[in-house]
Amino acid sequence: MIIEHPLLGPRDAAEFTYLGDANLIDRPDWQSETAAKDFYEYAYLRDNPAGWHQELWFHEAGDRSWLVITRNTVTHEISKVELARDVARRRGRST
Amino acid sequence: MRYSGFKVIKEALTGHKGWTPAWRDPEPQNHYDIVIIGGGGHGLATAYYLAKEFQQKRIAVIEKGWIGGGNVGRNTTIIRSNYLLDGNEPFYEFSLKLWEGLEQDFNYNAMVSQRGILNLIHSDAQRDAFIRRGNAMILNGADAELLSTEQIKARYPFLNTEDARFPIKGGLAQHRGGTVRHDAVAWGYARGADSRGVDIIQNCEVTGFRIENGKCLGVETSRGFIGAGKVGCAVAGSSSRLMSKANMRLPMESHVLQAFVSEGLKPVLPGVVTFGAGHFYVSQSDKGGLVFGGDIDGYNSYAQRGNLPTVEDVCEGGMAIFPAFGRARLLRMWGGIMDMSMDGSPIIDRTHIDGLYFNGGWCYGGFKATPASGFSFAHFLATDTPHPTAKAYRFDRFEKGLMIDEKGMGNQPNLH
Repeated sequence: MIIEHPLLGPRDAAEFTYLGDANLIDRPDWQSETAAKDFYEYAYLRDNPAGWHQELWFHEAGDRSWLVITRNTVTHEISKVELARDVARRRGRST
Repeated sequence: MRYSGFKVIKEALTGHKGWTPAWRDPEPQNHYDIVIIGGGGHGLATAYYLAKEFQQKRIAVIEKGWIGGGNVGRNTTIIRSNYLLDGNEPFYEFSLKLWEGLEQDFNYNAMVSQRGILNLIHSDAQRDAFIRRGNAMILNGADAELLSTEQIKARYPFLNTEDARFPIKGGLAQHRGGTVRHDAVAWGYARGADSRGVDIIQNCEVTGFRIENGKCLGVETSRGFIGAGKVGCAVAGSSSRLMSKANMRLPMESHVLQAFVSEGLKPVLPGVVTFGAGHFYVSQSDKGGLVFGGDIDGYNSYAQRGNLPTVEDVCEGGMAIFPAFGRARLLRMWGGIMDMSMDGSPIIDRTHIDGLYFNGGWCYGGFKATPASGFSFAHFLATDTPHPTAKAYRFDRFEKGLMIDEKGMGNQPNLH
């Protein structure tokens, strides 16, 4: 797989390590009444779809940026690559 | 029809006209007591043991394609019980014991070959870890032997024990481990289940569950609704996809694992050997091909094919320990979809939906578990209680912090 890095251009996927579903950006509120259940679901449960999947990749052997990649798990086709920072800020995260 | 040496000779003398199909091809009935989704090794074994050991009647196995076409048909055929943790080792030892009696039990030649498995040791720390593992195995009634470098040299004289980068400091051997003809496992269980009245329904895809008031009443399929008292799911890499039809999210990701077979060679490798300084394991099939594999590709995939960086990584591991194998040409390679769970261990449990049961999360170690998985799932379906060796494999262990994390990697499925 070739990943079109938003800053560096096309890079071999072997330069990256994989974390998982991009919902991991949305860490639950630890002060919530339902925090224990929320964190259990956050840490352990996954949609794991067959088809389009947003996921976190880390450019470990490159510029060490975190990316959110939209990739099809059936064909390995990549349709969109964004900096995870931009995605997180768009979802209202300050850092 | 029972198979026997006498039957083979009789058929040879009479033109092989007396062989009959090993299983029927029945039309689905309207209702079964128990429906198993997934005609792979685990699903067929479950049906077999339900009928044979738990005297259940009116059982069906529903399979989307043809039986044995999933991971039981695409693995590296290794059986072993060399686990460390209490939640795992008794279960896998139970499985190995079932393998040992399997062919007599289901009257089918599955070519169970206890040629032994050897885990190589390359450092002092690794020796300590393997001694601990070997002791855990012995405490649970399995066999384990710590081999010295000299003993390994005697068995595998072509291994370079003095290699500067990866010297071989010893090995942990399980002599009862080995290999099995994987397709024959599916066929043997299918035939055994069918002969006890189980309907094996192929080309029948489950499209949904009929759930009313928290109870599962049956499955919607491409061949119509099939009612069921209980429904058991055993679909490995498709687990999340199937259970999402019951609005369940599972503690797992689906990943692709590649495996490889070389061209046929004369006998060169008597047992199963694993490289301890990388992830590489190899055995030689009875046809002579070197069967080997390594890590999963490491990203979510349902593609049943992997990518080249992992091919390179696996072959590098192989070349590091068996440089001679570099002369063999690769005959074929394939990818299977693994239901990688959050702690690397499986789940055999009921769900929160009455009458709906689940078996999955086998990661890339499901083949060796086939008999015990089937037996334990049958136990759960028949008695509503977990089998004694599988009582740790529950859904709630993640919420309760009771993970069975054999590799100590945490909730990161691609690292297990």
